[in-house]
Amino acid sequence: MAEKTFAEALREAIKEEFLRDENVVLFGEDVGIHGGAFGVTRGLWDEFGGKQLFDTPLSEVAIAGTAVGAAMTGLRPIAEMMYLDFITIAMDQVVNQAAKIRYMFGGKAKLPLVIRTPCGGGRGNAAQHSQSLEAWFVHVPGLKVVMPSTPYDAKGLLKTAIRDDNPVIFIEHKLLYGTIRQDIPSEEYLIPFGKGDIKREGKDVTLVATSLMVHKALKAADELLKHGINVEIIDPRTLFPLDKDIIINSVKKTGRLVVVHEAPVRAGIGAEIVAMVTGEAFEYLDSPPRRVGGLHCPIPYELELEKEVIPDEEDIINAVKSL
Amino acid sequence: MVELSNEKMVDMFKTMLKIRHFELRVKELVLKGSIRGGVHLYLGEEAVATGVCACLKKDDYITSTHRGHGHCIAKGGDISRMMAEILGKETGYCKGKGGSMHIADIDIGILGANGIVGGGLPISVGAAFSCKKRKTHQVVVSFFGDGASNQGSFHESLNMASVWKLPVVYVCENNQYAVSTHVSKSTSVKDVSIRASSYGIEGRSVDGNDVLTVYNTAKELIDIARQGKGPSLLECKTYRWEGHYVGDPMAYRCKEDVDKQKSENDPIVRFEGYMVNQKIVPASEIEQIKKETIDLVDKAEKFAHESKVLPVEKVTEDIFA
Ligand SMILES: Cc1ncc(C[n+]2csc(CCOP(=O)(O)OP(=O)(O)O)c2C)c(N)n1
Ligand SMILES: [Mg+2]
Repeated sequence: MAEKTFAEALREAIKEEFLRDENVVLFGEDVGIHGGAFGVTRGLWDEFGGKQLFDTPLSEVAIAGTAVGAAMTGLRPIAEMMYLDFITIAMDQVVNQAAKIRYMFGGKAKLPLVIRTPCGGGRGNAAQHSQSLEAWFVHVPGLKVVMPSTPYDAKGLLKTAIRDDNPVIFIEHKLLYGTIRQDIPSEEYLIPFGKGDIKREGKDVTLVATSLMVHKALKAADELLKHGINVEIIDPRTLFPLDKDIIINSVKKTGRLVVVHEAPVRAGIGAEIVAMVTGEAFEYLDSPPRRVGGLHCPIPYELELEKEVIPDEEDIINAVKSL
Repeated sequence: MVELSNEKMVDMFKTMLKIRHFELRVKELVLKGSIRGGVHLYLGEEAVATGVCACLKKDDYITSTHRGHGHCIAKGGDISRMMAEILGKETGYCKGKGGSMHIADIDIGILGANGIVGGGLPISVGAAFSCKKRKTHQVVVSFFGDGASNQGSFHESLNMASVWKLPVVYVCENNQYAVSTHVSKSTSVKDVSIRASSYGIEGRSVDGNDVLTVYNTAKELIDIARQGKGPSLLECKTYRWEGHYVGDPMAYRCKEDVDKQKSENDPIVRFEGYMVNQKIVPASEIEQIKKETIDLVDKAEKFAHESKVLPVEKVTEDIFA
């Protein structure tokens, strides 16, 4: 056991997979000596540079396409998009190519590729460097979508993503990289896709939270307990495949549901989860489910404005209390 | 060579100094913790924006980049409103909603800085198409970096501007780096201007730290564009003094290279030397200009500090027209 940050846990996963399989490669903008915009690959250059770790030109379409072509022909690429926002430039390769090739070819190709990318606001990076676009990818058949919230989960899920034979969009919230530390076992472990995790047990309300919001939800839960409300927090960890059972079982126990994510509420993953629960466990619900998410607004630059747009502990507390 | 009046040269010198002192102040404020988000400084590259924008009219357009403060100042932007934006105030160019990477002043043709590398190039095609269609004789200049020249948007834009013969000049600021990546490791040609030939347009590479050369070359290309004779690509070779952003640890390059550039290839020192040698302006007046520039920056900072943040209720305004 050793305490690791989120970024360190990801780095360990990458390093272990590099060593396990020389066909695992990672490329992206400034991932070499610079170590990536958020330092995830820092320190790997000396050992892996030019062999399994590669700096690319500033070319998102080519980066994503390189992952597709390399995956079809025997490598297991991890492509880093410096910010999730920039994947928009590579959408053809992600959505029309990576997601559909195997199906269109009648099951002939395998695409074992991962696109790792940081999401989210809170750093004053403004509207083009702060988005949470995970729902876009959940909507596309053929993509798996992972959104870890802790160092332990990040490591186990990234290793699974690398070993998965399908395109995986692996979304890392920027505020998680350096802030949260957690003990990581020294033995190897994997975390399967489609298995959520109960981050806090409770009996009164089911709070489904993703990524950074898990931590805001945990703080909100401490506060709510003072008001006599005992919240259960579920982190789905993978948005597709989604662990329906863990959510439904929790709702069966609590009868109440709140979903929280940083992305705007409208057409976010919360809509999917609420629809799933109302469709499959309607009779267990004691009150209408609630969604907490960002305002329907681009992320502004200034601190107070940004805080207004991004959901916080107070928004979660209010939503739970309003049930 | 175009004959430049002394007055025009002094104006250009003032612009370069304004950019220099504005950026030094922004850097100070970042280090003090007064500015959030990423800030990309234009220090060392002042001659490019200055030389190019000195050829433009007020109603000509530019598209800018994440490293855009210099373009904005050179195109006539108000440094008080810029500083207010960077400090997130409602008196700023974007009411504090955009910040450093999104400063825009459409009234004086600044179609925006851009957080997306290569994002401005296609927009410049549209602006130039509009100028041509409306027969206004306006010209568009699209600034972008060496890194951006590896984006598909660069290639698509140059091709389309060429086949439509649009009035746009593409100005590549080759400052040798895209974040940590040296241009030699990312770019298939030695001179970005070579890429012009793929699109059947004129391409030039010049010393981007020599403001008069930048001016003269840009003037020629902008005049050609204004006459309806089509687009061109001007590569200005320069050097990024700072890290990619303030706070960049810069493990990828050595301090000696940076120091050498600063001491031997400072575009402002070079221009100042020229002007004093040619007796265009006495050394004493230069000192006076420097003092006045710092006063202007002081005023801008004061204005920004004294301004308020936009009331949070207004955060969702301005999404739709
Ligand atoms: C589409 C896109 N990809 C990546 C980035 C991250 N990024 C910001 S600036 C930059 C380097 C830009 O290099 P260059 O075009 O040479 O401009 P410079 O910073 O040198 O002025 C990168 C990779 C971005 N903002 N947008
Ligand atoms: Mg550059």
